[in-house]
Amino acid sequence: MEKQWFTISVYSENNVGLLNRISGIFLKRHINIESLNVSKSEIDEVSKFTIVVYTTVTWVHNIVGQIEKQIEVIKAFYHTDEETIYQESALFKIASGLLFDERKIQNIIKENNSQIVTVSREFFVLAKSGRRHEIDEMHEQLKPFGIMQFVRSGRISVSKEEMQISALLKEFKE
Amino acid sequence: MIISGAEAVIHCLLAEGVDLLYGYPGGAIMPVYDELYKFQDKLTHILTRHEQGATHAAQGYARVTGKVGVAMATSGPGATNLVTGLADAQIDSTPIVCITGQVPRHLLGSDAFQETDIIGISTPVTKWNFQITKASEIPTIMAKAFYIARSGRPGPVLIDITKNAQFDTLEFAYESCNGVRSYIPYPKPNRKAIEDAAAMINNAKRPYIVYGQGVILGQAENELKALVEKAGIPAAWTILGLSAMDTDHPLNVGMVGMHGNYGPNVLTNECDLLIAIGMRFDDRVTGSLDTYAKQAKVIHFEIDPAEINKNVKADIAVLGDSKETLGMLLPLIKKNKHEDWHNNFKEKYQIEFDAVIKNDIHPTKKGLTMGEVIEEINLASKNKAIIVSDVGQHQMIACRYAKFNQSKSNVTSGGLGTMGFALPAAIGAKMGAMDREVVAIIGDGGYQMTIQELGVIFQHSVPVKIVVLNNDHLGMVRQWQELFFEGRYASTVMVNPDFVKIAEGYHIQAKRVTERKDLKATVQEMMASKKPYFLEVKVEKEDNVFPMIPSGASVSDIRLK
Repeated sequence: MEKQWFTISVYSENNVGLLNRISGIFLKRHINIESLNVSKSEIDEVSKFTIVVYTTVTWVHNIVGQIEKQIEVIKAFYHTDEETIYQESALFKIASGLLFDERKIQNIIKENNSQIVTVSREFFVLAKSGRRHEIDEMHEQLKPFGIMQFVRSGRISVSKEEMQISALLKEFKE
Repeated sequence: MIISGAEAVIHCLLAEGVDLLYGYPGGAIMPVYDELYKFQDKLTHILTRHEQGATHAAQGYARVTGKVGVAMATSGPGATNLVTGLADAQIDSTPIVCITGQVPRHLLGSDAFQETDIIGISTPVTKWNFQITKASEIPTIMAKAFYIARSGRPGPVLIDITKNAQFDTLEFAYESCNGVRSYIPYPKPNRKAIEDAAAMINNAKRPYIVYGQGVILGQAENELKALVEKAGIPAAWTILGLSAMDTDHPLNVGMVGMHGNYGPNVLTNECDLLIAIGMRFDDRVTGSLDTYAKQAKVIHFEIDPAEINKNVKADIAVLGDSKETLGMLLPLIKKNKHEDWHNNFKEKYQIEFDAVIKNDIHPTKKGLTMGEVIEEINLASKNKAIIVSDVGQHQMIACRYAKFNQSKSNVTSGGLGTMGFALPAAIGAKMGAMDREVVAIIGDGGYQMTIQELGVIFQHSVPVKIVVLNNDHLGMVRQWQELFFEGRYASTVMVNPDFVKIAEGYHIQAKRVTERKDLKATVQEMMASKKPYFLEVKVEKEDNVFPMIPSGASVSDIRLK
C-alpha cells in the first residue's frame, strides 16, 4: 500500500507522561514521527497533539486506534494534506551587518512575506510562517549569506471538516 | 480521619474488596509493609520469592475470580522485576494493579539508591500508570487504578508511590471511581449493526464461530452457548477462550491456531461466515492473513475499537460488551441447524484422530506422551479442575486435550508466551478458588524459571498439584529446530536436576513416573491428595506437537505430521 502524509490530531488531558505513552505507540511500530507539536486546544484544559507521519492508511488507522485507546486521550483523528489547512513556523538569526549592507536580503524578506522580529547590534531575527517548501525556499535563499541559527517548528493544522470533539466532551459532562 | 499515606493505601485496598495480595518488601515500600503488618487480620500478604512471581500469582487469581489481582514491590529492581508480568497481563487483558515504592520526591531524578523510572519503563506494558508524589493523591488515584484495571477491556495498572507520600498524612476519604471522562470502557452497541449481523447469520449456509477470552471477561458464556445452540453453529476456541464453553459440547469443535485442531483451522477457509467473538485475530490464530478466511464474510464482536480491522477486515463490527451485544443479538436469531456443515468438522476430526490424537492420548509406543498424562488428569478430575499451563509443547497439548465443564478454568500465558508463568499463576489460581482443584502443567524448562515459588507453596501449604512433563529439552524450540533448522539443537538440551528431591526439599510430597503402568494410579493419588503434590512424568524426549501451521503459512496448510 502506498505511503502518504497524514496529520494526526490528538485531544487529550494535560497529564505528565502522556507524551511518552503516545510516542511509544510509534516506536513500537517502527514508525518515525516527522513532526510533533503540543499546545492547548480550543477547549479549556484540553491539550492538542499535532503529529505528522509518512505512512500507509492501514498503519495510520491502526495507530490512531491505539492512541485513542489510551486512558487520557479524549479523541484522535487523522487527515490527509488535502483535508487540512496546515503550516509551520521558522526563525532565522542573521548577522546585523547584512541587513544594511545586502540589498538582496531585504528583497528576500519582502518576497517571502517574512517579518523582522528583532534587530540588535549583532544580529537580526526573521520569522516566516508557511508550508514546509516555502520555508525551505527562504532557507536556500538566505544560506549563501550565512545563517547564524535556524529553527523550524512542527506542523500545526486545522481540519477543513469539523472534528467532533466539543459535542463529545459535552456528552461526558451530562 | 487523618492518616499516613501508607495507611491510606491499605484502606484503599480494603475499600476495593482486596483481601489478598502478593509482593516483596524493600526500602522504598517499607511504610506500606509496616501498615500491612498492622492490618494482617484483614489483608493477607503472600511473600513470593521473586517479584515476577507476585505478578503471575496476581494474574492467576484474577483469571479464575474475575476480580482484580494485586501485586506489590519496592522501587528499582523490585519494580523492574514486575515488567514481565505487566506485559503478560497487558497482552492477555488481565486486570491487575501493581503498587511500587519509589524514592522520595526530592530525590527523583538524582539516580538515588534503587531509583528507576518505572513509569517510563512500564508505560508500553500498562493500560494506565501513575506516579503519586503527594499523600493527598492516594485515594483518588487508587480508586482510578482499580476502575481502569477492571473496566472495559481489562488490563494492568501500575501505581508508583514516592516514599514521602507514604510517610506524609492526609485527610482520608474514599470514593470509588465510576468514570473517567476521556475513557469509554464500554462502547454503546449499535442496534443497526446487530440487526445486520443477525440477518447475515440467519442467511449463512456455513457459519462458523471463533470465540476468545472476551466471552469470559464479559461473562457471556450463557449467551454464547445459546447462540451456538439456537443457530446450530459450530464454534471453536482460541487458547484464551478455552473453557468459556464445555469442551464436550457437541458444537464445540476444537481449538484454532498454530497447534489447534485440524477441522477448525482448515474449515476457516471454507465457511461462508466467520463470527469472531471477543478475540483479536492473533497471528498464531490466523497464520498468513493473505490467505485467511478470504472467502467468508466476517462479523467481529469486540469491546476494543482498536481491534476492529486491525488484522482482519470486518464486514460488520459489533462494538460493545459481549454479554450485552450477544444478548441483543439472540432474539433476532432464527432457529437453525447446519448438519452437513457440522459434519465437515466431524469428518476432519476423524482424520485428525487417526493421524494424531489416537497416538497422543492412547499411545502404543513405549515412551509416555504428554497427551496421555492430560487425559489421566481429565479422568481423575472429571473435567472439573482448573488447569494452569506454562509455555511450550506441554501448553499446546494441555490446551488441545484438557477438558472443562466450567468457565475461567484455563489459565495460561497466551499472548506473551511467558515461560515460568504457571507455577506462580497456579498459586494465585488456587488461592482464588480454594474449593477447586488446581493443576499446573509445566515443562522442565519453564519450571526452572520460577521454581523458587515452591517456597510459597510450602510456607502457606497451598494445595496445588504440580505436574512437570519432563522431556529434558526445551521441547517446542527443539521441535522447530528439528523441522526448520535441520535438527541443529542449539541450546535446547537440558541436563536437569532431581526435581523430586527439590520438591521434597520444600517438604512437598513428590513422585516421579517413568512407566505407563504407574501413571493412572499416581495421577489418581495426586488428585485425591488434599495437600500440595508434585508429580514429574518423564515423557518421550523428542515428540512433536501436531497438527501444526508452520509460521507464516495458511491455516489451510496445517500439517498433520
